[in-house]
Amino acid sequence: MGIYPSLVTIILVVISVKRTQQAAITTDFTFSTIKRETNSDVNADSGVIISITDNAVTTNVPDTTTNDPHGTTTDTSGITSDHHGTTPESHRTTHGDTTHSDEAHGGSGHGRYPVVTFNFEHVAAPYVIALWVLLASLAKIGFHLQNRLASIFPESCMLIILGVLLGLIFFLVNGLHHSLFYTLDATTFFLFLLPPIILEAGYFMPTRAFFDNIGTILTFAVIGTLWNTFAIGLCLYGLIYGGVIDLNLGFLPCMVFSSLISAVDPVAVLAVFEEIHVNEVLYIVVFGESLLNDAVTVVLYHMFETYTEMGQEEVQAVDVISGTVSFFIVGIAGLLFGVMFGLLASFVTKFTSHVRVIEPVFVFVMAMLAYYSAEIFHFSGIMALIFCGISMKKYVEQNISAKSHTTVKYFMKMLSSIMETIIFMFLGLSTVTWNHAWNTGFVFFSLLFVFIFRFIGVLGLTAVCNHFRAIQINYVDQFIMGYGGLRGAIAFCLVILLDEKVIPEKQVLVTTTIVIVYFTNFAQGITIKPIVNLLRVKKQLKFKPSLNEEINGRLMDHTNAGIEDIVGTYGSSGIRER
Amino acid sequence: MGSKSSTLLQEEDISDIQQETGFSHNQIIRLYSRFTSLDKGGTGTLSREDFLRIPELAINPLGDRIVHAFFDHQSSDDDVNFRQFMRTLARFRPQKNKEKKDTERVHLNSREEKLRFAFKMYDLDEDDKISREELLAVLHMMVGANISEEQLGSIADRTLSEADKDGDSKISFQEFQEAMERVDVEQKMSIRFLN
Repeated sequence: MGIYPSLVTIILVVISVKRTQQAAITTDFTFSTIKRETNSDVNADSGVIISITDNAVTTNVPDTTTNDPHGTTTDTSGITSDHHGTTPESHRTTHGDTTHSDEAHGGSGHGRYPVVTFNFEHVAAPYVIALWVLLASLAKIGFHLQNRLASIFPESCMLIILGVLLGLIFFLVNGLHHSLFYTLDATTFFLFLLPPIILEAGYFMPTRAFFDNIGTILTFAVIGTLWNTFAIGLCLYGLIYGGVIDLNLGFLPCMVFSSLISAVDPVAVLAVFEEIHVNEVLYIVVFGESLLNDAVTVVLYHMFETYTEMGQEEVQAVDVISGTVSFFIVGIAGLLFGVMFGLLASFVTKFTSHVRVIEPVFVFVMAMLAYYSAEIFHFSGIMALIFCGISMKKYVEQNISAKSHTTVKYFMKMLSSIMETIIFMFLGLSTVTWNHAWNTGFVFFSLLFVFIFRFIGVLGLTAVCNHFRAIQINYVDQFIMGYGGLRGAIAFCLVILLDEKVIPEKQVLVTTTIVIVYFTNFAQGITIKPIVNLLRVKKQLKFKPSLNEEINGRLMDHTNAGIEDIVGTYGSSGIRER
Repeated sequence: MGSKSSTLLQEEDISDIQQETGFSHNQIIRLYSRFTSLDKGGTGTLSREDFLRIPELAINPLGDRIVHAFFDHQSSDDDVNFRQFMRTLARFRPQKNKEKKDTERVHLNSREEKLRFAFKMYDLDEDDKISREELLAVLHMMVGANISEEQLGSIADRTLSEADKDGDSKISFQEFQEAMERVDVEQKMSIRFLN
């Protein structure tokens, strides 16, 4: 029950966000313009709260020299009195063009000197962002105050639900026409929301486990994703072609869709697996897969998209070959960018002993540069970030002061948790406001295939991997691996990036993607915890190693390496020792 | 047993070893060829020198100790025959599920045997206890000369006091097992044997 007060707070914040959002849309308008607009917009419903805020707002402005766009007096109290100050020559229209904001600043000079000015547009963008972060954080606190709820639902699900609720409020308040503004924007996502999460994942990666299982992880990330893409794409196309699904979708668009839906999403996986603490091998395989499959996803997506633009007849063998080659380049170049900037950060921090305060800067700036540099060439930015994080951590940690490291650690964790929260809320928001095009057959079969092929892929690939592994992955773990293959915001962003001119059925794909994201996050995300408990999946023990454990662990590593040398096999522990 | 030099592995030997160690037929064949290639003298047994000729093992900080653990000290034999070789290696075989459940037989790759191997690497005088000197010697090998003698001593003291339950300032195998209770030894001390 403790959640209600916080919900109320959230809703109040939402209202103000809504208003500020609108202000941001009409960035070039002066305050009164916005006010007019909101007034006419919201008259119909939820009048109570809005009018409260209206009053609050109007009381702020009696002294402003803000210009009323039409010079009309239709506004609520207070504004009319300002019209004395209005300069007749600055006639504003509601469809302001870019020069208006400049005029607005100049315009105040014409009247008497204002005691207080109100210029919201000036701060609109950062203000909205700040409000979002505030809202997201409050939501997070709200969930954790409510223990029982938090133990049943993963946090990500609640955030999506909250997003949907907000979306509904927006929807009721102002209909669909402003809705585009609140949806998850692919550019924002890939450039600002995603990198902090991935960086945190890479920086705090359990490196040992990661490299011990690198073979399995790569097999899953590369072959698994390829398998999913082709299996899903071909089957969907087959059903469309056979007339089972009533949809006019060509072969290549089908493949575009399957390429974006096949990739397991690192954000969603992290959000769910963080809470259940499964054993390290299981965790690192699913998580590592979700990170490294980015290279495959990027290539397949761009490849099929380009093919679609070219038209099916134009695609030649050469394009297929260059697609294959580009896969290696995208992955490896991403990795190299990451390592390069990682080492650079390590190197620079060698010399920062006199300027301790800027030490954290290098960690973040270098990582971001790695990501953006990779993205310039459409290389895998995620790979770049991961390997930047991995390669710099060991050195940076030793070079910088303990305080700087604490800063790095907490700032990184904070950023990533905020971004994650925003992403899930946005995901919820975006659902309500998009125009949907529902196609039962397509949605149903996509969902089915996503689910089935994931399991087939996991079973097949673990059978292969187990052949080469010292520690076998048992069926229980395989099941969790299959079940934990959540889809998330990356799929969503890739699908909204599609060009409607190239793929006219985009809306169907968007709707289907949303359904799949919801299904995997809700149905699988909520049930995975009980299932893990039910199947008695080996859990990870959270503890700090004692001195004995640490020393004997070291001894065992050396012993393993020695035995491998005697036997003449070169496994991972052999490499580690050298 | 292994005194006959240059004899090829007999089928019945293989199945015996299979029984005892749990290795597969192919693994045994493969390991046997490795064994013979290590056996420079062609005596059918491996001496300490044979082991230490392996270049990577020679630079392993614990190389000496690992080799040491291959030798049966009761019989004060200076050579290791293939049977003994396999018996030692069997400790590093990953556990299969059915072996974990099988409580009737003690498998060579059980958790206890793996731990026993690690324990023996410390316990040079074989009194079934790790003394401060023995611990210090191993620590010394692992960290090299980077850490001062004093620091190493205090690490050893802390390690001892952490594990030592009965207050004799030595770690018995029992105490060793207890100290490693939370560690996934089965996984940490397993390597993959090629088929």
